[in-house]
Parts: sequence; C-alpha cells; structure tokens
Amino acid sequence: MSLITQPKRIPKFFRGNAACPGCPIPRELDILLEELGEKTVLVVPASCSTVILGDTSGMPATVPVVHSAFAAPAAIASGIVRALRMRGEKDAIVTVWAGDGSTGDIGFAALSGAAERNEDIFYVCYDNEAYMNTGIQRSSLTPKGAWTTTTPEGKREFKKPLPFIMAEHKIPYVATASIAYPFDYQAKVKKAKQIHGFRYIHLLSPCPPGWRFDSSLTVEIAKLAVETGVWPLFEIENGEFRLTSVSKTLIDKNNRKPVIEYLKLQGRFSKLTEEEIKEIQESIDEMWEEIKAMVKK
Amino acid sequence: MVQVLKRKSLALVGNHAVAYAVKQAKPQVLAVFPITPQTTMLEKLAEYIQKGELKAEMIKIESEHSAMASIYGAALAGARVFTATASQGLLYMGEMIYWAGGQRVPIVAAVATRAIAEPWSIWDDHQDFLSKRDAIWIQMMAENVQEAYDLTIQAFRISEDERVILPVMMGFDGFILTHTMERVEVLEDYEVDSFLPPRQFNLIDFSDPIGIGPIAQPDEYMRIRYEAMKSMERAKSVIEEIMREYERISGKKQYGLVECYRCENAKYAFVTMGAWSGDAKVAVDRLRDQGIEAGLLKVRVFRPFPKEKIAEYLNSMKGVIVFDRAASFGSGGILATEVKSALYGSQTPVYSVIAGLGGKDVRPLHFQKVMEDLVNGKLEEERWIL
Repeated sequence: MSLITQPKRIPKFFRGNAACPGCPIPRELDILLEELGEKTVLVVPASCSTVILGDTSGMPATVPVVHSAFAAPAAIASGIVRALRMRGEKDAIVTVWAGDGSTGDIGFAALSGAAERNEDIFYVCYDNEAYMNTGIQRSSLTPKGAWTTTTPEGKREFKKPLPFIMAEHKIPYVATASIAYPFDYQAKVKKAKQIHGFRYIHLLSPCPPGWRFDSSLTVEIAKLAVETGVWPLFEIENGEFRLTSVSKTLIDKNNRKPVIEYLKLQGRFSKLTEEEIKEIQESIDEMWEEIKAMVKK
Repeated sequence: MVQVLKRKSLALVGNHAVAYAVKQAKPQVLAVFPITPQTTMLEKLAEYIQKGELKAEMIKIESEHSAMASIYGAALAGARVFTATASQGLLYMGEMIYWAGGQRVPIVAAVATRAIAEPWSIWDDHQDFLSKRDAIWIQMMAENVQEAYDLTIQAFRISEDERVILPVMMGFDGFILTHTMERVEVLEDYEVDSFLPPRQFNLIDFSDPIGIGPIAQPDEYMRIRYEAMKSMERAKSVIEEIMREYERISGKKQYGLVECYRCENAKYAFVTMGAWSGDAKVAVDRLRDQGIEAGLLKVRVFRPFPKEKIAEYLNSMKGVIVFDRAASFGSGGILATEVKSALYGSQTPVYSVIAGLGGKDVRPLHFQKVMEDLVNGKLEEERWIL
C-alpha cells in the first residue's frame, strides 16, 4: 500500500537533549537552523544551551558549534566570519545563539562593538529573563517585580530595552520574536538570512523552572506575553519600524489583554501587590504609546 | 669558503620590526586595540593593509578581550592570525588567553612587556608577560630588535607545527625595544614564504561539523590537559629544530631555547630574560676583565621551560644569580623560582635579584656589583635593587 503523506518536518537539531521539560530552546534552535541551513556556524556562550548542546562525548547539532566564553560570542563570531570570507565562504552564516545574561550584561560591550562595526553576523538572543543556567539569578533583562534568587523581594528595576538599544546602533535588521508565533519567527529568520551586516533577533523564551510555571504552559505563557502587550512583535528594517503578526492589532488598547493574565500564571510574580501590578500595566501602556508614535512615523 | 650572505638591513624600531615580520608572515586576520607601548606596531600594520602590502582583515575591535576572542574565532576558521598587546590589555585579554590556550589553536600575539597598575606605569617590566605562564601558551622573550623580528617569524611556524599546535606569545621589552631603533637584517619575502608555508589548520568544516570547546566531564578534562602538557614537552625539541632551520636560512647563529654567553668555563652565571641580557653581557665581559669567571645564560623560551638545558649549563656553577623584572609577591623572583626548581638536587646556590620594575633603570654596573658581592660572599639570597 502506498501512502501519500504530507512531507514530514524532521527536527534537524534535537532528538534527545538535556533541556528541562517545557524548555523552548530546542524548538527555537530547530526553527532557526531549519531556516538557516547547513552552512551555519553556531557560536554559543556560557548558557543553558552550553549544556543542551552536549559534552565532549558528542553533540546533537548538524552544524559546527563554537562554544564561547560568556563575554565573547560577538567577538568570536566577528573573527570567524572574517576568516570564512577570506577563505571564500561567502554564503556561510555565522550565528550567535546567546542568552540574556551574555547579551545584555557581560557580553554587551562585544555585542555593541560588533553591531557598531556592522559585522556580517546574525545574533539571536534567547531571553529567559535571568541567569537560568546558574539557577535563576537576576540579569539586566529580568522584568521589574520578578522574583529571582538574587531578588527575593522582586526586582526593583525595569528590563533593559535591548531590541531598541540594538536598533539605535543603526544596524540593518532588528526584530523580536516568540516561540508562540513560530511562523512569525521563521519569517524573520528567513528575512534576516538574506541581509548582510549585523542582524539581531530577540526571542522571549519562557523558562518553566525559572519563571515558576507548569512545564506544559510554555507556549501559552509565550502567547500571553504577546497578547498582553508585554512582548510586542516587531521588526526594524533599515530604521523602519513595523509591528508584525498579532501585535499589529494591539495598538488599540482594547485588544490587549490585561497584564494580570500573564503575571498570574507565573510563580515569580506571585508576591506582587495590586499597586505593583498597576504600575506594570501602566508601563506597558506607556510603551505602547511610544510604539504608536513609531508606527505613525 | 665561507659564503657571506648580503642581507637586506633596515633601521627599525622594535614595533616596526615586529610589524614587518608579521607582514612577511601574511596573517589573514588581525585584531587591533591600542595600548602603550605596542600601538605604533598596529598603526604600521594598518598602513601596510591600506597600501595593499598586506592582504588581511583587520578587526578594529572594542577591547582586548574581544581582540583575543576574535582572532581565536578566526584561527578556528582557518586563518593565520595575529594581535598585540601589553600590560592591562594582556590582563583584560586574560580570560580569552586561557580560552585559546586550552583549545590549543595556532595564534601569535606580541606582548610589548609593561608594568601592571596600580600604580600606573607605562614602562617596562615582565609582570604582565609572566602572569600568563600557566595559560598553555608558548612564551618567548626577545633580547633586541633583531630577535623580536626573528622570533616573530619563528613564532608562526612553531605555533602551526602539527606536533605542537599551541598559541605563541612573543614578548619584547616595552619602550626599551619597542621604541628603540636598531639595524635589523631581514629575510627576503620568498625566504619567509618557504619557511612558513600557508596554514593548513581549520576546525570549522561544514562537511564535517564538530563542537569546539564543549563541556568536558572530569575524565576528559584531565586527559585534554594532559595532552596539552605533552604537547608543551614535545614543543621543546620542535622549537629547537625550527630555530636551527631559521639559523640556516638567515645565516644567524645561536637560536635555541636558551643562549649561553661565555658560560662554558664559567664558575658564576647570571640568568636573564629579555632586553637587559645585553647589559648583562657587557657586565660579563667587564667581570672577566677583572678575573671573575662570569657567564650568562639567557632564557629565550620561558614556556615550555627549558629546565634540562638550564640544569645542563648551571649545575656545576659555584653561584647563579637570576635577574627578575617581575615578582611573585609572597614568594620571590618568578624566573629565580623556576631556575631553582630546574636545579633541584644540584649543589648550585641560586640567588635572586629583583630589579627594573616599572621601568627602573638597570645598567651593566648593577649586574657587576651584584656579582662582585656574590664572589665576596656578600650577596643575600634575595636582593631588590631599589
């Protein structure tokens, strides 16, 4: 009997790995690599992915992986891409796959330097909003109010607005993405692949143990982050700002779900007072006023 | 009949001599970040690239940490690479220095040695260079501008030799050599080409992808470190072999792990490293005139440490004085400690002199005086020339 089947998507990357249950990283990497193809070099600084990508006994990746010191991925990638270009490898894509601590904190100088030089590299930050690999310590990308082991009373400062900071470097492409909207993410990777120069995609990556939610809820929480407006999906192409996917409809405040729906599912926000939740809601609304202005421009 | 080679001679300051050697070595990726006193070397390299004399990617990077990281990446991807630094810059590179050493990639870095803050000092000593002695790098120190040129070319060859595959650090004294002009005999480009064939090493291969630098379980980690130690041991004979080949090509003599100056029949010896070896040689000559049988052992390669050579030359001496431009605080002169360890089991007394820190002037007279004190039984075990 012959069967006519739909072409089946075979995961390129992982068939078994050391990620926590419910961790979006393997799926996120899968989509990335499927889109980028085999001529990709992954540069991975110290992070959860260091563990997920295996030890010296083998690796699940089908592309070269260069493990990097925490502060160094953007610089290592700069060197790799220059050498590959010297060797005539014009189409190889050198991609940094880094967490929020490396990207926004310790590796920020190297990131900013590489962006300023407009190195021909593709940088993806998977943002789980804390130092998760060492056990949930706050980073500059931890949102205000969130519990971490180093902010037991909740973080007092706002999250560093990294996608906007990167856009200020006037690099050709900046985008945000979410695992709950894989086609949006995929389309952005596809677009970034075609662009030369420094490309930056910032992925919000919910972390079940770090954010204190049930591991079955990863996608739902990622979705709520977008629907409540906490995590707007957009791209900035050559300076031009554009909302994408469902976020296009969220300029109208009435279409945005209240932030409490996102917060209440996560143990890390369980100690927030009414007042603090109100403040978070206001800050989201404020951000959307700014986005509105950018869209109009 | 002795064939007299007519070598091309150039008047070059140390930084330009190293830059000239680098140009002839044809690296494909350079990373540059300015720090005194190596800056003029990188300016010269930028000029070579701008004029088209050197075809290389020059990454004008935002820090030394990134400078080392970027050439590490480029080296993995098959490029011949070079960078240079000094002092605080070398310290700031520190993490990536170890990273590159642990991964054992061919890299050449020139270090214009300079004191470390605090307090600020832009002048020469060896504290920066010696702080990287356990980073799995081959470390060599030049005595003069000629040696800085020669060692730079040799460094690429040593680094890339398949029996070695280690990064190499070429140290030369800040300002004393970097900014001093000397007559330098240089090789012809074709001679460098034959001495230094194009690089073969490439770890980033899309048809055979590997993970570079992943987590190692304890057994693997230990084994990888053991291999690094063995590679360092092997490097000793490979360095000597490569240096002998260089001697043949260049017509220069005495390139080895150590250099012996009038020490064959000497009863007393200085041990030095770097530029003041020249001052020590002058002192040796003067001491000999006084009837003191002095000699000098210059350590050219500090890692791997040539302990066998040192023992061979020094184990029958009546006294050895090691001059250090750096200290291990709470222990003593760094080179002195190494020499003592190499002479373990022999009866040779080893004296340690710490001098010249932060650029403090040291002259042949200082060497003479210390040796006279030794001969007269007046030298203490450790002396600081303040």
